[in-house]
Amino acid sequence: MNPPSPAPATEVSTPGAPPEKGVRRARRQRQVRELGVLLAVVVLIVTTWMHNPGFLSPQGVRDLFLGATVLSVLAVGQALVLITKNVDLSVGSVMGLSAFGTGVLFVTFPGLPVPVAMAAGVGIGVLCGLANGLLVTTVQVPALVVTLGTLYAYRGLGHWWADGGQINAHDMPDAFLYLGRVSVLGVPLPAAIAALVIVVVGFYLARYRSGRELYAIGSNVEAARLSGIPVGSRVMTAFVVNGALAGLAGVLFAARYGTVDSTVGFGMELQVVAAAVVGGVAIAGGVGTVYGAALGAILLTTITAALPIWQINQFWHQAVVGALILAAISLDRLLSLRTARKLRGGGARGA
Amino acid sequence: MAPERTLARTAPADQGRRREEITRKGRLGSLLSARETPVLGALVVTLLFATMFVDMFATGRNISFLFLSIAAIALMALPMTLVVITGEIDLSVASTLALSSATLGVLWEAGIPIETALLVCLVGGAVLGAFNGFLVTVMRLPSLAVTIGTMALYRGLSYVLLGDRAVASYPQSWVSGARAPFLGVDGLPWIAVAILGLSVVFAVLLHATAIGRSLYDIGNNDEAARFTGVSVTWTKFWLFTLSGTIASGAGVFWTLQYGTSRADTAFGLELQVVAAVLLGGVSIFGGVGSVLGVMSGVLLLGTIRNALQLFGISSEVLQIVTGLVLIASVVTPNLATRLRARRVPVPATRPRSHNGETP
Amino acid sequence: MDPEPVLAPLALVDVAKSFGSVRALRGLSLELHAGEIHALVGENGAGKSTLVKMIAGIHRPDEGQLLVDGRPTEFTAPVDAQRAGVAVIHQEPTLFPDLSVAENIFVGRHPRTRMWTIDRARMRQETEEAFARLGVQMDPDRPTRGLSIADQQLVEIAKALTRKARVLVMDEPTAALSGVEADRLFEVARTLRDSGTALLFISHRFDEVFALCDRITVVRDGAFVSCDLTADLDVDTVVHRMVGREVNTLYPKEDAEQGNTLLEVKGLTREGVFADVSFSVRAGEIVALAGLVGAGRSEVVRAVFGVDHYDAGTVHVGGRALPPGRSKAAMAAGIALVPEDRRQQGLIMESSVQRNATSTRRRSLSRFGLLVPRAERAAANDWGERLQLKFGDLADQVSTLSGGNQQKVVLAKWLSTEPQVLFVDEPTRGIDVGTKAEVHRLLSALAGEGLAIVMVSSELPEVLGMADRVLVMHEGRITAELDRDEADEETVMYAATGQRPSEVTR
Repeated sequence: MNPPSPAPATEVSTPGAPPEKGVRRARRQRQVRELGVLLAVVVLIVTTWMHNPGFLSPQGVRDLFLGATVLSVLAVGQALVLITKNVDLSVGSVMGLSAFGTGVLFVTFPGLPVPVAMAAGVGIGVLCGLANGLLVTTVQVPALVVTLGTLYAYRGLGHWWADGGQINAHDMPDAFLYLGRVSVLGVPLPAAIAALVIVVVGFYLARYRSGRELYAIGSNVEAARLSGIPVGSRVMTAFVVNGALAGLAGVLFAARYGTVDSTVGFGMELQVVAAAVVGGVAIAGGVGTVYGAALGAILLTTITAALPIWQINQFWHQAVVGALILAAISLDRLLSLRTARKLRGGGARGA
Repeated sequence: MAPERTLARTAPADQGRRREEITRKGRLGSLLSARETPVLGALVVTLLFATMFVDMFATGRNISFLFLSIAAIALMALPMTLVVITGEIDLSVASTLALSSATLGVLWEAGIPIETALLVCLVGGAVLGAFNGFLVTVMRLPSLAVTIGTMALYRGLSYVLLGDRAVASYPQSWVSGARAPFLGVDGLPWIAVAILGLSVVFAVLLHATAIGRSLYDIGNNDEAARFTGVSVTWTKFWLFTLSGTIASGAGVFWTLQYGTSRADTAFGLELQVVAAVLLGGVSIFGGVGSVLGVMSGVLLLGTIRNALQLFGISSEVLQIVTGLVLIASVVTPNLATRLRARRVPVPATRPRSHNGETP
Repeated sequence: MDPEPVLAPLALVDVAKSFGSVRALRGLSLELHAGEIHALVGENGAGKSTLVKMIAGIHRPDEGQLLVDGRPTEFTAPVDAQRAGVAVIHQEPTLFPDLSVAENIFVGRHPRTRMWTIDRARMRQETEEAFARLGVQMDPDRPTRGLSIADQQLVEIAKALTRKARVLVMDEPTAALSGVEADRLFEVARTLRDSGTALLFISHRFDEVFALCDRITVVRDGAFVSCDLTADLDVDTVVHRMVGREVNTLYPKEDAEQGNTLLEVKGLTREGVFADVSFSVRAGEIVALAGLVGAGRSEVVRAVFGVDHYDAGTVHVGGRALPPGRSKAAMAAGIALVPEDRRQQGLIMESSVQRNATSTRRRSLSRFGLLVPRAERAAANDWGERLQLKFGDLADQVSTLSGGNQQKVVLAKWLSTEPQVLFVDEPTRGIDVGTKAEVHRLLSALAGEGLAIVMVSSELPEVLGMADRVLVMHEGRITAELDRDEADEETVMYAATGQRPSEVTR
């Protein structure tokens, strides 16, 4: 007996070729995601400026820069961790610990050179990140739980250390506080440091093997193991770098405000995650860039700065941030659905 | 067929050995109870210790204070348990609580009778929860991201409603009513009894009904649950709605308990709820956990905090304890399993003499 | 055998591997020679995939040795295998959906510039060269998310090419490829062979095996059967050695009286997956859905049961229309589905035997909405006895059972709903021979009781032995409907590969 149907139906000659146009668009879409956030920032700044030119006065610009500094440094670190499909909720506490620690050093050793104190602040962050990373990689406890625990532990440590005290500007050397005020080519130094961090980490993620491997781990951890990627040590690195950046953020905070107590960075962790998510870093891992995360941070802080100028009640700020997060993840979802539809290769077999 | 016969002969022996192993495991208790035993034990030890060594701990006044301080967390932990067992999370509960509290404040100020206002709050909470559920199930977004977003959104809306004002003009009878003891028993606020009753309802729902079983199935393997005819989407949607409703109920109680509505109320409380749930033995990956464990977790955290406060340690420093206890509760079982796994001898590779018959 | 002038780049000697009580491999030897394409054939569950995973460094042998260039070697991780020059293309590609095609090929070993940064230009260029060798046009910069299985396979092959592997293992690489794509792959395979690579090719398609391979090893039940030059073999001999038994003795389908049509599927279509699938099943009948992996058989079954949606068509059970996409309604109408993937779809592995066995009818085991533990235990015990389930305690995790007993739990779970129509998808995959026969006897008995049974199976002997009627699917369509006496290996195979008998000349 013969099968009723004739020989193979359609033969696809060039796999992946038909949707070529869709492919280009998909690749562009990834950049568009970050450009979209950039555009939002620019539009927001320009319209606010047109509404009230005082927004871009020298002082206004300085405030904008400084406002974005701490959050974008934290967002860059968080992006590293999120890309590996982990999360670090302890950054706010780490930042607080480092800010207070730096202050305490100045009080205890009044003659301490500024760079040493800064290094110590970053070192505190490294230690905290190390502990998070160790718990996540060696004991294999989910990062959400570990860092929720260390969020409390580090914060409590800070309270215990500070014992309700506060360190004021006059306890810190002028050279240190000068760091928070001086400008390089019109850009406040902390903002310049943040920009440097963004560029360096961004370049590392895009151009170095170990950087790309972070994406591979977040994209498909099993395949990463099969490909011989040292998953544990890469994830560890992400946590440690994130800790170091949280430490740096603490130091920058101390230099800028001059006054630190144990509540510095309280509740910051969720703003940081929000910034990264708004900037296109996926909580599900494997997607996003630190540029996007930094832009997300800038967008959030710009909104904070712009609200009063529009005479919108400042109390709308949180609600706007929340709506922005939801819009961002919904948009990402829709984009990826559309891309998947466009990319579906080679014409439907058997249809 | 030779191979089959060998297999058939070895099978019964295998079976016997396995049965032996299994009964041993059975005697040690099932997986569930193994996970809640440590927290239950820790709770008993802590309570004994506090009663014996901490002055003023075992007084009616203090116990009543202890119960009231954990009431909102306990309420929100109940639906959170179910949500986490299905493998999701709801970080927006504290913001829902605050928004509900703010709504109550605004309505009360507008002269709306408090009974009506309560009802509006509960319905509002259900809507907020349903919105979470919609985003998680219909839009298929990760609940962690969604509820971080709605956490900011709901908190923001409560700021929009109240700004930095506080509403504190609630009728005194309602405020003292919230703290009133149950049947006049000293040290036993009625809310403690209500929560106990609610816990029983949740425990029965989770452990003794078809719905409860399907929650574990969804958390363990939602694909298999789907293949068994469970509607994963609707179940999760209703759980988020439930979580929102109870969180707003907790908001109403919180408001009356403290006699005030503020937008920044209960800030960060969601993390304490999650911490208590995880401490109670619920797996963050879903599929494992019990109501008894979670309630012990809530009580344990509350007791430690209360006892150490009586010792004069500031509540901020106590966060170290909260964090360490939480980490220990997850690390210990993990390490134990890994150690046990290591002790099982791995079959060594025994190279045999080469008698291959490659032609 | 003549002494080899050169040592085999890779050889396995008497390797054995067990998973729990299931012995996947029992003393198997294999020697791959440079410049030779070696075929490995055997039924599903014969141990081929286990062997591949051993070569890839994913599993370690319990017994026996792995020789690389004649030296005993241990692969403790996939990296070891890769370092030894072994590249494996798995049945299911393991790609990173978020990375670009070129990065997928070079992940973990990106070419680097002097600054230690990734040399993107070279990566791109080498990717394009690899694709050119494969005769494929694919943008190296597109993400792999959204690639069809065939294209993903090509990426995997390109990965192996750029690795310059000395040993290349391909586990059913053509299962999802079209004719032209497969031909191109074979050309590449021949080029690699001629340049001195040792290849291991695993396939169910005999035309491919005979056209491509120099040597054929047959395995059965995890053991070595034979290894001969292709020139000395013909299809019949290989099939006989693969099956190794008279087909009918192991598949005791008894004739049952056939009643009314219970299930009627008309024009069922899901875009891009299957199209215009129509069939009906009568009470007492076993209908087999045969075809190659990826032909869309499981997808049809899942759509009928309501786990997946479909775009067009209707399903009637006992004359009544079934709403699409609602498995609860399907269950209420008397449909049961024993799914393809026992561990992922059939069972909650972390849950107990009892809970799994009763999971489909918890409501009927409840009183006033509360589950009655005694009724649950009784129901589980009852079905355990009926199916001769071997277990220690009903409260044990189902993962502690052997594959065969796990399958019995799935069967118990579904038979206890007293279905009219039973779908079984690969009912005997990965279970031992004894239980296999039990499952077959059970299916036969159920048909005798008047159930309408639809069986999806990739094992030809099972299909031929059990089915009253065979529907063959190819690329999402039903290409043949064969009665019991018309169906034999050839007719089914032809329909499954979408060829007419005249097109294949042996």
